[in-house]
Amino acid sequence: MTDELPRANVAADRGGGDAFPAEGQPLLRIEGVAKTFGTFRAVDGVSLDINSGEFFALLGPSGCGKTTLLRMLAGFEAPDEGRILLGGKDIAQALPHERPINMMFQNYALFPHLSVRDNIAFGLKRAGMHRADIATRVAEMVALVKLEGLEKRKPDQLSGGQRQRVALARALARRPQLLLLDEPLAALDKKLRESTQGELMELQRRLGMTFIIVTHDQEEAMTMASRIGVMNAGKLAQVASPRELYEAPRSRWIAEFVGDVNLFDGELKLRDGHRLVIATREAGTLVVAEPREPVSQTKLSVAIRPEKVKLSHRGPVSEAGHETAINSLDGVVADICYLGGISTYKVKLDGGGIVQASVANSARLDVDAYSLNQRVVAWFTPDDCVVLSS
Amino acid sequence: MSEASRLSRFNIASLALGLAFLYLPILILVIYSFNASRLVTVWGGWSLRWYYEFFGDRAMIEAAWMSLRVAVSSANIATLLGTLAAVALSRGERFRGRTLFSGMLYAPLVMPEVIAGLSLLLLFVALNAERGFWTVTIAHTTLTMCFVAVIVQSRLGSLDRSLEEAAMDLGCNPVRAFVAVTLPLIAPAIVAGWMLAFTLSLDDLVIASFTTGPGSATLPIRIYSEVRLGVKPEINAICTLVIALIAVVIVIASLASKLSSSQGESAAPL
Repeated sequence: MTDELPRANVAADRGGGDAFPAEGQPLLRIEGVAKTFGTFRAVDGVSLDINSGEFFALLGPSGCGKTTLLRMLAGFEAPDEGRILLGGKDIAQALPHERPINMMFQNYALFPHLSVRDNIAFGLKRAGMHRADIATRVAEMVALVKLEGLEKRKPDQLSGGQRQRVALARALARRPQLLLLDEPLAALDKKLRESTQGELMELQRRLGMTFIIVTHDQEEAMTMASRIGVMNAGKLAQVASPRELYEAPRSRWIAEFVGDVNLFDGELKLRDGHRLVIATREAGTLVVAEPREPVSQTKLSVAIRPEKVKLSHRGPVSEAGHETAINSLDGVVADICYLGGISTYKVKLDGGGIVQASVANSARLDVDAYSLNQRVVAWFTPDDCVVLSS
Repeated sequence: MSEASRLSRFNIASLALGLAFLYLPILILVIYSFNASRLVTVWGGWSLRWYYEFFGDRAMIEAAWMSLRVAVSSANIATLLGTLAAVALSRGERFRGRTLFSGMLYAPLVMPEVIAGLSLLLLFVALNAERGFWTVTIAHTTLTMCFVAVIVQSRLGSLDRSLEEAAMDLGCNPVRAFVAVTLPLIAPAIVAGWMLAFTLSLDDLVIASFTTGPGSATLPIRIYSEVRLGVKPEINAICTLVIALIAVVIVIASLASKLSSSQGESAAPL
């Protein structure tokens, strides 16, 4: 365990994948794209590079502009400002049928008057493919999404999961350079959604295609995407790998939007090597690791993920030489939420604040489980904390 | 069937009364069209005599032919214009005065026929148009176009816009997308609209009598003028034939509408 761990980890994550635009040209380059509806600026100056073979997720709350951005990539909306370069060519004003991009719609938008086969063949016919080639490609797509035997059915004779597969096959049939997926799993139930997530990832890897998915579900984005762009109020708030997004959020808003977090506002008191000492109102003095970008402000927030907060009866188990560097907060268990795999405890601190801790229920008969109103010590290391400017 | 969904005696009685009120006069008319007697109100046994009489009546046949031609032509034009209007109103970009425009489209639905007929007559006189087949056809087109537009518009409204977007995404230009996806889906509504326009035109007396000229009477005008001189049994036969024709058309229209609803989300209002 070294002081460098969180930074080293994040850095390794960043360099490890081939998903990051490093050398050569990105497949898709979005440059300062903006779109205004009336007086509402739905997308506000977004710039983003997407590499070939990437599984990219646009994540954000509803109304953040992620769907508008996707629709501009598909060509259903024309950006008011900026350029969209696909393979170096500006397609910002091109019509949907002129782009080598296909989209899978949120409600699938299957043609109700056509069979599964004709739905999948629709785009191929428009591309002027030979009849025999169309038949081969359709058969290939049907096999790819495991819909054998259902070719003659109409969309209303299919289940939700099967429709989703037809929509995917139809969007993939033209072998687009870029596949856009607009909340592709929102209409499926939880179990099906999880298995479909896996299948989509497997498919994307196998085909080596570039996927951009729009979702409001952070778990979905984290599971599937190699990179995530978080959008808020029309702007890209952060573009990062799932791990970096979770462990090193760039702002308070992102820390709160992605996962649960304990936040304490405070003031910088002391800088000691790689450590910052921050005095908070609710949790007393906290020692935290210095973030990558040097801190310039004195008003800061300290963010700690609930699973990084450990509970014990008597205080932290001391490690040699680190006793002073551990933050320990005294308090009383105020609320317990049993979730099966984990339990979350809300600890009311003596300082007045509340800290949330999630603890894995690793033993079936846990004699050490904490009970309501019990006095506990909540503790975490400086490296578990993220410093954000408030 | 559950107890609750079974009809009560009161329901059966009111249903029977309602149906009798609507269909008893028609039933009597149909029966009397097969009457052998020359007197309309006296039953003289079964006969097809008045049907022969009708098919021998040149003026009446001509009027029927005229009505049929007017109905088919005005239904064709009304369907084309009504569909275009519906597409423009529900699919086009928002243009200035769109709300006013769609409100105005519905005006003929509520406008008294006498006023519509009179205003059209004044227009034709002002234009110095020769009144006959074309003036009646144009008049009927203005009357029935709004019905087609309403039916097609409601079907378009229930269609998911992303269907057209999906077609464009898959390589169709906007016109191709409309032809390949939207048109097949609204076709039943268009057929239903045509049928309605056809029957409305076939039925119409008021507007036709305002806008027709000498020598080009439609069937309702002809029947009306005959009846004023006294009801001949032949009229019963003609009416029965018209009822049969309209019944067939309405059955086809509602089948088309049903087909439309089984394909998509909602049916045309018929």
